[in-house]
Amino acid sequence: MPIKKVRSHISPNEVLLFERSSPGKKAYQLPELDVPAVDPTTALGATNVRAEITGFPEVSEVEAIRHFTRLSTWNYAIDHGMYPLGSCTMKYNPRVNELVARTEGLAWAHPYQPESLSQGAMEVMAHLESALLEITGMDAVTLQPAAGAQGELTGILLIRALLQKRGNPRKKILIPDSAHGTNPATAAIAGYVVENIRSDEHGLLDLAALEKSVTEDVAGLMVTNPNTLGVFESRIIAAAEVLHRKGALLYMDGANMNALVGIARPGDFGVDVMHLNLHKTFSTPHGGGGPGGGPVAVKKHLEPFLPVPRLKRAGDQWTFDYDRPDSIGKVKAFYGNFGVLVRALAYILAHGGNGLRAATVDAVLNANYIRKMLEPYFDLPYALPNMHEVVFSDERQARLGVRTGDIAKRLIDYGFHPYTVSFPLIVRGAMMIEPTETEGKRELDLFIDAMISIAKEIETEPETVKSAPHNTRTSRVDEVKAARKPVLKWSPA
Amino acid sequence: MLDACGVESPEDLFAHLPEAVRLQQPLRLPAGISEYEIVDYFRRCGDRNANGYATFLGAGVYSHYRPVLVDTVVSRGEFLTSYTPYQAEISQGTLTTIFEFQTMICQLTGMDLANASMYDGSTGLAEAALMAARLTSKGGLLVARSVHPEYQEVLQTYAKNQGMPITEFGYDPETGAADLNDLEHKLNDLTAAVIVQSPNFFGVVEDVNRAAEIAHKRGALLVMGFTEAVSLGILEPPAADIVAGELQSFAISPSYGGPYAGIIATREKFARQMPGRLVGETTDTHGNRAFCLTLATREQHIRREKATSNICTNQALIALMATVFMTVYGKQGLRELAEQNLAKAHYLAGKLKPRFSGPFFNEFVVSAPDDANRLLLEKKIIGGLPLDRFYPELSGTMLLCATEMSRRADMDDVAQALMPAAPALLPAQTNERS
Repeated sequence: MPIKKVRSHISPNEVLLFERSSPGKKAYQLPELDVPAVDPTTALGATNVRAEITGFPEVSEVEAIRHFTRLSTWNYAIDHGMYPLGSCTMKYNPRVNELVARTEGLAWAHPYQPESLSQGAMEVMAHLESALLEITGMDAVTLQPAAGAQGELTGILLIRALLQKRGNPRKKILIPDSAHGTNPATAAIAGYVVENIRSDEHGLLDLAALEKSVTEDVAGLMVTNPNTLGVFESRIIAAAEVLHRKGALLYMDGANMNALVGIARPGDFGVDVMHLNLHKTFSTPHGGGGPGGGPVAVKKHLEPFLPVPRLKRAGDQWTFDYDRPDSIGKVKAFYGNFGVLVRALAYILAHGGNGLRAATVDAVLNANYIRKMLEPYFDLPYALPNMHEVVFSDERQARLGVRTGDIAKRLIDYGFHPYTVSFPLIVRGAMMIEPTETEGKRELDLFIDAMISIAKEIETEPETVKSAPHNTRTSRVDEVKAARKPVLKWSPA
Repeated sequence: MLDACGVESPEDLFAHLPEAVRLQQPLRLPAGISEYEIVDYFRRCGDRNANGYATFLGAGVYSHYRPVLVDTVVSRGEFLTSYTPYQAEISQGTLTTIFEFQTMICQLTGMDLANASMYDGSTGLAEAALMAARLTSKGGLLVARSVHPEYQEVLQTYAKNQGMPITEFGYDPETGAADLNDLEHKLNDLTAAVIVQSPNFFGVVEDVNRAAEIAHKRGALLVMGFTEAVSLGILEPPAADIVAGELQSFAISPSYGGPYAGIIATREKFARQMPGRLVGETTDTHGNRAFCLTLATREQHIRREKATSNICTNQALIALMATVFMTVYGKQGLRELAEQNLAKAHYLAGKLKPRFSGPFFNEFVVSAPDDANRLLLEKKIIGGLPLDRFYPELSGTMLLCATEMSRRADMDDVAQALMPAAPALLPAQTNERS
């Protein structure tokens, strides 16, 4: 089958900035100084003043713009096409969000400017808070955490604070074996011992195992719902009851909340605390790995412990309340990644309640369509109905010596970013595919064609797949070499 | 698509959900609005903020000019709408810029290696403290009172559950610099890290090298934080073991507190305990230079509960802003920019009476009448940060910051508001000192 989506084109070479530099070149202009110059050694003391910054770039403006433009063309991005990275939710990033985040009065707002001159920014935060509460069915939310992992940490610290207040913070956090690696890392940072619990044969929470594990030592359970197989944890209400009976709490990792918005609310199915990833469900750009936003929503009993400050209404003004004696403190300076909050609110405003629900439905439909079309070609180890993503195994292809990582690299030749490789760990050779609501049938069909074509190549010419990618400017990268003798910065030859 | 899925309506795809978990009514959110209405809504919010004011606030967030190239570059969809560069073959753009970023951070800080960025300066400092604890197998933290108070609060949150007691050491009431005698006195063999910030929260340049010597005598590491990255253009890089700082000054808009980007840089020998992403150089199968994420065995997705940190994201796009900023200003420009900041702040300080005598870069503390900020607001000027909020002992003072964007006329207005009676009360030479 021919590759339909792409053909190769010229891709310019570019050296590093440091190799491009020549002495005296510059790309800046500063205004004439309107005050007397100051001698640095007099003002700071001779020992405090540095010599020139050896190796720092010296390029012209044209060289600078060409440098970064050329480098940019070496990236694949959502703007190029489908980016089906499971659990990462690579959906379209609306450009109006970028524009409004640059609104002068918002972008230039200083976090310490008087509250009377910050009412617009505080209004944005309050507006987002109320929308997120409606979407999650929770009682209170903090916008402070910088991203999902920090949201998790905040959530677990909240659980610890509540249990401490009740007299005993307890020792353990339970985590299903299907969980993302961040969950155990978070629990450890919050001072808890991690106990893994096995999933049942369907990849779901095993209630009997849970019941056995929940002792007086257990502070809580961290669960992703839908789980990392894209399957809704249907016993979630019963699981919450098991935990609550023993005084433990239920934490929900909201990484997959985009499968639930408008359909089901964690606040209605027993969740005590959860985080949201604004850069997943609410379309803020991933930017090559950040920034994100990780608000944490809680039920009433956890509200006193939320980070300071809290937004509060005082008459007709917003104000920040720092007088919160039970608060866990601050997890980050200031109030959160405000610029990300602006973008998330813009997404919610554009969609409205019905639009948000429609996005969920489309995302689930897209994932199910891919599942049905690819099921004849790839092994599906867990057969329960899936929501927004589907996880295949490379079982069938592995018999011919081709693994999930190879198939992923071959997808690149077909013009797609790979799916998520080898995760979740409970699936052998996992291929985790999440199309999001962004894709229409045309792009989905091209992807399906590509996957089927690769499945056939594996039978006829497995070497082509194993040595992919072939059409990129950079061929397969030697990651082993990079780790064996790390070179982490440029040095002059 | 519905036929292929074997359903009549997409709603059927949710039929397997237990009835008890399903939302029975529509979300109580208004209907979606158009692009124009969205722009208009946020414009009105912006107008309710301090729009068009001159500002003399610093305290960890600085008003510096943002070169046009910065937004031009980060608006490219290839950078904006890509994910963490796990697939190196189609992420060389992001990987190369991160490698350049790591290199420039090393050049600026004098360290051997730097990671791909942290959430921000406050969390970066906390992660640096945890790193020091792992490196020394000790837990005590000695933190200067002159470190940004909000950074100290974040540090508390992170250290509390790690069995890491925090002790504060004071500052010299004359110079405003960390009190190194107090440090020496409180330091003991259980101290993992001594944490100072330079320039410190009062704007005063610390004697980091001396603090490091003291720390090393008892086997502790010296962690240096910074909030004003432009100061690195002129200040000698310190002999710290770990440098953790905030890059907001490098073309990142104040944006009411975030998103920003933090850094951690350190010595070669500490590489394996470095938190966060690292990009390394390697080759592809054709032998061409290529870059990839590396040393991932430190990270949470491999190590799970034994990882060096729980964080997944760096702040790639924000770090890219800083990278473009450093490229545009370059070797000569960053120095000139730093000198302009120095000159502006010293011009303003020369008209006032700084509370502390230690050398300062672009921020300093002054006594201020209660109504000074209110009077300045009438002139569309936001004055300094009153310090009683964080330092009760400094009530009646404020922290002022001047940058290359501070106009002389506005600085004259600030001086006027802060020392209205100055000419009458103080001898002329005091008023003229610089």
